[in-house]
Amino acid sequence: MSTLNMLQAINATLRAELARDERVMVLGQDVGRLGGVFRATDGLLDEFGADRVVDMPLAEAAIVGASIGLAASGLVPVAELQFLGFSHQAFHQIGAQLARMRYRSQGRFPMPVVLRAPFGGGVRTPELHSEALEAQFVQSPGLAVVTPATPADAKGLLQTAVRSSDPVLFCEPLRGYRLVTGEVPDEDCPIPFGRSRVAREGDDVTIVAWSAAVQVAEKAADVLAEEGISVMVLDLRTLVPLDETGLIEAVAATGRCVVVHEAPLSAGFGAEVVATVNDGAFWSLEAPVARVAAPDTPYPPGRIEDLFVPTVARVVAAVRATVKAG
Amino acid sequence: MSTVPELVQLLTPEGQRVEDPTHAIDLSADELRGLYRDLVLVRRWDVEATALQRQGELGLWPPLLGQEAAQVGAGHALQPGDMAFPTYREHGVAWVRGVDPLHVMSLYRGVDNGGWDPAETGLNLYTIVIPAQTLHATGYAMGVQRDGAETAVLAFLGDGATSQGELSEAMIWAASFSAPVVFFCQNNQYAISAPIERQSRVPLAHRAAGFGFPGVRVDGNDVLAVLAVTRAALTAAREGQGPTFIEAFTYRMGAHTTSDDPTRYRLAHEVEEWRRRDPIARLRTHLEQEGIADADFLAAVEAEGEELAARIRRGTIAMQPRPAVTMFDAVYAEQPPPLAAQRDEFLAYQASFEEAGR
Repeated sequence: MSTLNMLQAINATLRAELARDERVMVLGQDVGRLGGVFRATDGLLDEFGADRVVDMPLAEAAIVGASIGLAASGLVPVAELQFLGFSHQAFHQIGAQLARMRYRSQGRFPMPVVLRAPFGGGVRTPELHSEALEAQFVQSPGLAVVTPATPADAKGLLQTAVRSSDPVLFCEPLRGYRLVTGEVPDEDCPIPFGRSRVAREGDDVTIVAWSAAVQVAEKAADVLAEEGISVMVLDLRTLVPLDETGLIEAVAATGRCVVVHEAPLSAGFGAEVVATVNDGAFWSLEAPVARVAAPDTPYPPGRIEDLFVPTVARVVAAVRATVKAG
Repeated sequence: MSTVPELVQLLTPEGQRVEDPTHAIDLSADELRGLYRDLVLVRRWDVEATALQRQGELGLWPPLLGQEAAQVGAGHALQPGDMAFPTYREHGVAWVRGVDPLHVMSLYRGVDNGGWDPAETGLNLYTIVIPAQTLHATGYAMGVQRDGAETAVLAFLGDGATSQGELSEAMIWAASFSAPVVFFCQNNQYAISAPIERQSRVPLAHRAAGFGFPGVRVDGNDVLAVLAVTRAALTAAREGQGPTFIEAFTYRMGAHTTSDDPTRYRLAHEVEEWRRRDPIARLRTHLEQEGIADADFLAAVEAEGEELAARIRRGTIAMQPRPAVTMFDAVYAEQPPPLAAQRDEFLAYQASFEEAGR
């Protein structure tokens, strides 16, 4: 085991995957000489050369579109989008092209493409750097949407993503890049998609979260424990595929559920969680499932963003209300 | 491979005036002193903003250091009724358009998305994602064309933007409709770490030929040449001759933004070479040699710069966040009931803390 932060875990995994399979390549804006604007690809150009670690001109659609062609030619592109908030310029290439290529070719053109993109707020960036857009990609059938919360999961899920023959949107929590550290296995440890993780055991209520919201949920659980409320935290890890069984079991075990996400409330992935719980755990519920999300407004300026994204206090309040109800 | 285009230059890096009948410009002593003052003041603002970011007072700052002449020259080429569409680095244009620097600082402090009125100042709000604004500028130009207005539009972009598909679309539309828009590209040689060689095999000015309109390369560190070339292009646009692409050949002396470390991708000697082409030093030399600026004038401009910096510092630090509930404002013309309910819930939630004595 090694203690790494998110960026170190991602960097080490990319290095190992490049070494493991010569078809793997890394491409994106500033990923080579600069080592990525957040240094996720630091050192890879020196180690693997400019044919495999490629600085691309500034064009998000080109990065994804060219990755489709690279994959069709037999390579395994791992592309970086500098911010998920800038992915809309590539949305056509992602949703209409990349995600559908296997389907349209009746399986002849699998798309082993990974798109890595930092996302989420809390670091005082100007507009369009912070948006949590994950739900927009969930409606692109054919694409896996992966949202690790810890360095160990970043490694294990990224290994699976690179080795998958299907395209993966790999969403990395921007504010956790350096803040979130943890033990990471040194050995190979691919984590299958569609397996949620119980981040914390508890009996009274289940908080469902992914990515940076997992740490918010865990802190809320600490506060609630002092009040005698025992909270289970379920980290979904991957939104597509969704671990429906794990979700239903986790909610049925406590009978109460609060979903937390950074994206705006309406049609956020929380709505899908609620619908899944409704289908599979309705008769176990003792209270309505609550959602803690951002309001349905554009992402606000940095100085007030802490009141936009879910805070520990808001999660605590929602859990208290859920426990009191019913 | 194409040849190197002619570089329009009216003032050499040594401060010598170059006669060029095709790009004639006749400025009074007052106008020349005014240009110098603007160059010095926007640089002073930029230095102060970079320092304020380092001290934690701004979330981020994209410095314009080295690009003062390109921006001040282009800004002065605009007439009051013209409209400009900036990127996120056009602080020099904002200054010339009369935007209070504090309205730019508020954006990078995370207080708002830019506090100025685009209609009143003839400067659209900054655009973060590259190069969306070039299409907006083209559409605006098509609009004023239909009004029959004597308005020209100036679209700002950088060398990085030339790799994005949207710029090609903007240039095709502008050409198709002979729209009164000028594309003003500050080629500062780097798109964050990507050097211009990775972005284009031909000089950017030559790209315009493929779209069917003129392309000009101008010394972007020569405020006189930038002013002359941009003014002529805007006049041609106003007269119905359609678009022009201007490549202002310059250099980003600082980082892409305060989050960037350019020492990882470029060499010190390159920066030194460009330091010798400084846009302010050459104009100062020229003004001194011509007897247009004396020591008193130069000292007065310096002093004004210090006052400006102090005002920006005070104003920025004093800037408070807006009440958080303002995040619900101006989302729609009329707030839909579910959003109004979210707003009420938000206010009740905040009030619960006040009641709890926080």
